[in-house]
Amino acid sequence: MPEKLFKVHKEEYMLPGNRACAGCGLSLAYRYVLKALRENTILTIPASCLTVLHGLYPTTSVAIPSLNCTFASTAASASGLVAGLAAMNRSDITVVAIAGDGGTYDIGIQALSGAAERGTDFIFVCYDNEGYMNTGTQRSSATPMGALTTTTPVLTKQQNKKDMMKIMEGHDIPFLATTSPSFPIDLYDKFVKAKRIKGTRYLQIATPCPPGWVFAPKDTVKIGRLAVETGIVVLYEIENGKFRFTGRSKTLAEKGTRAPVIQFVERQGRFKKMSLEQLGQLQRWVDHKWAECLKRAEV
Amino acid sequence: MSDVRIMTGNQAAAYGVKLCKVQVVSAYPITPSTSVTETIANWVERGELKAEYVRVESEHSVMTVCVAASTVGARTFTSTSSHGLLYMHEQLHWAAGSRLPIVLACVNRGVGAPWSIFNDQQDSIAQRDTGWIQIYCRDNQEIIDTVIQAYRIAEQVYCPVMVCYDGFVLSHTMMPVEIPDADKVGEFLPPYKPHTILSPEDPRNINPVIFPWQRRDAEGVLRDGYMDMRWKLQHALEGSRNVIVEVCREYAERFGRDHGGMLWTYKADDAEVLLAGMGSIATEATTAADLLREGGIRAGVVGVRVYRPFPRAEVREAFHKAPAIVVFEKDISYGYEGALSADIKAALYGTGIQTPVHNYIAGLGGRDVKANELAEAVRSSLAAIAGGNREQQTWLNCVTEL
Amino acid sequence: MEPKDDNISAMCKPAVGEAGKTGDWRDLTPVIDHAKCIASVKNRPACYLCWLYCPDGIVSAGIPVKIDLDYCKGCGICAEECPAKAITMAVNEEVKK
Repeated sequence: MPEKLFKVHKEEYMLPGNRACAGCGLSLAYRYVLKALRENTILTIPASCLTVLHGLYPTTSVAIPSLNCTFASTAASASGLVAGLAAMNRSDITVVAIAGDGGTYDIGIQALSGAAERGTDFIFVCYDNEGYMNTGTQRSSATPMGALTTTTPVLTKQQNKKDMMKIMEGHDIPFLATTSPSFPIDLYDKFVKAKRIKGTRYLQIATPCPPGWVFAPKDTVKIGRLAVETGIVVLYEIENGKFRFTGRSKTLAEKGTRAPVIQFVERQGRFKKMSLEQLGQLQRWVDHKWAECLKRAEV
Repeated sequence: MSDVRIMTGNQAAAYGVKLCKVQVVSAYPITPSTSVTETIANWVERGELKAEYVRVESEHSVMTVCVAASTVGARTFTSTSSHGLLYMHEQLHWAAGSRLPIVLACVNRGVGAPWSIFNDQQDSIAQRDTGWIQIYCRDNQEIIDTVIQAYRIAEQVYCPVMVCYDGFVLSHTMMPVEIPDADKVGEFLPPYKPHTILSPEDPRNINPVIFPWQRRDAEGVLRDGYMDMRWKLQHALEGSRNVIVEVCREYAERFGRDHGGMLWTYKADDAEVLLAGMGSIATEATTAADLLREGGIRAGVVGVRVYRPFPRAEVREAFHKAPAIVVFEKDISYGYEGALSADIKAALYGTGIQTPVHNYIAGLGGRDVKANELAEAVRSSLAAIAGGNREQQTWLNCVTEL
Repeated sequence: MEPKDDNISAMCKPAVGEAGKTGDWRDLTPVIDHAKCIASVKNRPACYLCWLYCPDGIVSAGIPVKIDLDYCKGCGICAEECPAKAITMAVNEEVKK
């Protein structure tokens, strides 16, 4: 019944009783990722929160075939699956790599860049919870400026978040998109679209993490929503180089409004040591990004 | 009608891959292995070999591609050397733990720091604990034959196989090689049947986290913990000895060439001293043995062909009558001794064989090793043994003073 | 004789409850007031935001809406997002009464 209401595939491929945290942003997003991808998919996942969600031997919580791989190798594992499936005449199966921000922005970037440059026919998904959360919240290059982590425990992260979308755009791939679990239908639609496109497709999920960002699990959807309301996360897709706002970000762009970033920051314990200067820098960085997006959308 | 051509060791390896109709090849260049995958690229792009050829961005990815492709049922191959092999070290462990029949040609080259592009065997020896079968080839004919045997062995025991041969010494040296008949290879090598299930028809999660303890699955079956699963790998490697020997024997029957199974010997029966080695240094040792015999010393050679699994029984058999053993090798386990020497001694422990074993570290970083140097080393060791020196580590033709 | 594990590498099969009955994790339990729940009030499929936003997918969006308490981790997102304020997070002991 809800599937008709929301126009999503009804099957739940992520089974209950899994090891994801209560209120996990990835868990929520993953339901819709898998609903969109469906059965004719093979996943490959590196060491990450998702590995834990997938479960420990001999049982898995996910009813889609998946191959675990080492931390650095996700996109190469996908490349091997694509090549192997081609050799076995099973190129009808969609290969999807799903890594966290560590496995995408940091340790995984080399293999990802290689796979994208080769035009490998697969989908790479980065669920970005802005840190190494599986190991207890260490700083990654996706951690925003001003955030406390266990490796930036006093001075906070000093650098801006790395712009992975720009890096992936530099690879000349047919489809890129940003998504959020707080907007599940927008997420679902983008994955359905991605599944139909050939070539390297890159999707990012802006994933709130209650223990890592330090907020109550009940607020996961709200925090994710605020990220979009403030423009910290912009929902868009780039198809063959054409930029397009989607969903709530499209509405905000048309209305010309955005909430100030402090509304996002003040609700998370990880920002409690953020300085006023850093907050100002964050607001300016968001404003700048937003202006860039507006310019691209007009063209 | 036999097809004999003059070719390099790298070309021989490539021809082996072609005859085995490998389906996925991943490639990354590193001296002196590069021409293996270059040769294959030519065939693939001309349509002479139907294979997916993935030009990855690092050696770590090279092995990852092989792992993933092999998991879905494709026969895979890659080649590398030295730092390339080192870079994929974690993936070697992963491939063995996954029990995938991947074949890798390791063109032996020294490791840095500082850089060496020249031959020694430190690269592959340093991988001896990963769970790969390791076979060391003496000449280019053995390379092509061993690549073919490797797929047969790997796909039967579900363990990956590393075919090792000396960089430049074999990889870039031209020798006559008989190319086996393609149809006969097809009869010798049945299609690969993966044990892994990765398909939408039967969704599984492969290689997740595993607990230290056993655990029941949803159907109530008690499944392995980590250690139990890893014992299976050890058990498979130990059991692969019989398969390796049998495959070698069947290959000899069909193709007329016997490379010796786990270990070969040369003039060993009446030997008063046995030289031991792996790869081309063992071949050099046969010339040294002849030189020594000319001078009245009854020398023989034991060539270790399969280093992992270690030929424990064959080593005990080969050395049980030897009054003296001199091991020459192109590797060193820093802080201890040459790996082959240590492994030989360990195999002899408890058997009552009390033979003195002298260890020569030779040829590191491509330093030339001449047969007469080996012969001189043996004479020197025999004198030392006569003087009561049962154990010795010498770096051959090397500055060993500060 | 207990059958041995015939897998030579670690291959898992899908099943519910890999981590056990994760309902045990809860401190607070969601309680639905069906008099306020929009789907129940309208007596037709409607709203279902609790189903949409449940990270574990353990809400049965029928009439009435039901939550699988064997596996509900008690995150409270359903209660937070319900537009009719039909869900309250109650202390476990009170729910048992």
